[in-house]
Amino acid sequence: MSRIKLGRDLVAPLAFAALFAMGLLIAVSAADSAAAQAQTPNTVVIKNFMFMPMAVTVKAGTTVTWKNLDGEPHTVVNDVGLFRSTALDQNDSYKFKFEKPGVYKVFCGIHPNMKETIIVQ
Amino acid sequence: MSTDFPSEPSRRGALKCLAFGGAGTLFVLAGGVLAPIDLALAAGGRSSSAKTGVPLFLQISDTHIGFNKDANPDVAGTLKQTIEFVNAMPTKPALTIHTGDITHLSKPAEFDLADQLLSRLNVTELHTTPGEHDVTDGPGAEYFSRFGKASDNRGYYSFDHQGVHFISLVNVMHFKPNGLGGLGDDQLAWLAADLKGRSSSTPIAVFAHMPMWTIYEPWGWGTGDGDQAFSHLRRFGSVTVLNGHIHQIVSKVEGAITFHTARSTAYPQPTAGNGAGPMPLKVSSEQLPKMLGVTSVDIVRHPLALSLTDTTLA
Repeated sequence: MSRIKLGRDLVAPLAFAALFAMGLLIAVSAADSAAAQAQTPNTVVIKNFMFMPMAVTVKAGTTVTWKNLDGEPHTVVNDVGLFRSTALDQNDSYKFKFEKPGVYKVFCGIHPNMKETIIVQ
Repeated sequence: MSTDFPSEPSRRGALKCLAFGGAGTLFVLAGGVLAPIDLALAAGGRSSSAKTGVPLFLQISDTHIGFNKDANPDVAGTLKQTIEFVNAMPTKPALTIHTGDITHLSKPAEFDLADQLLSRLNVTELHTTPGEHDVTDGPGAEYFSRFGKASDNRGYYSFDHQGVHFISLVNVMHFKPNGLGGLGDDQLAWLAADLKGRSSSTPIAVFAHMPMWTIYEPWGWGTGDGDQAFSHLRRFGSVTVLNGHIHQIVSKVEGAITFHTARSTAYPQPTAGNGAGPMPLKVSSEQLPKMLGVTSVDIVRHPLALSLTDTTLA
């Protein structure tokens, strides 16, 4: 699983690099489709009291977005206090940009049995 | 001890129950032990502890002001009903204890509305402990700016009332890795110091938001370092431990310690393990008031004990 995500993540920066370097129309469409594919690993859906996916691998500098689909509020809290969202009601989102490589543990401050890991490379 | 869980209410009592939407638990102190009494039944004169006990305090929990989903679109309305119910009680206790989740999202406007509603209670003192929904903005924030004074912003504190030593603990700020609530070393040290030198015959009432014993670990329904707190509490002859959090009544008695969780005034939750998680449980509008409630506690002098009464809004 994580290998597949890693593969997708590598495509996006390369495609963006191509876009900015060459400015070719053909590169724009390639970047669009690569970006659409790469979006999935950068987005975490919170549903049925779970972070989905429960493990995400991204490149340093990536912004991860969490969206709560539950009728019950959840929060996105880093276990060492690097970031903490406010309570996210249904359909609310929270974003955090991971600048440094590392393994970041995340839990819900309201239901701490909900956990996930963000691996930043 | 005389724990009173009325299971066969009279027709009159039952009808009286039906007249209300959702109430709390009243606690009676009897033989040094607290026991809960169904509030509507107590009001109907059915409960023995209501006859013999002195109202000690009222427990309201999980008001979740700000919640507006299907499970109860009018949580302010059901809290108002609860307050009207309490205000209509013939003898009212001097204390109300709110065992947390006052608000749903820790928002200032939600705290404002909760304050406004709770101020209508004809009960002299309001004591609180935070629920995890009240502190989603972290330590030292909204909850503490409003309720932190009694505890020097720690959240945990103790006080004495009518010979009973009350201890308010916070178990929603130091979660354990397995999702259980936690008290933390500072609070445990404070508790040991607070209890040191107190006579073992002093009745103790402990309140915290999350259950102080493990009810269901996969949903975090327990307190990881709760046992360390009980190591300081076990020598006392009467300890009553009150929680909210799970929006339903679960009780147990272990030696001289009575554990009791209160209903919510806002919405019910599923029983342990029933569903994806402890989310609001949608029931019919006829069923809802029967699943909301308050708890009240009386003191019964001979022998000195506390007795609890749980009351539903219907």
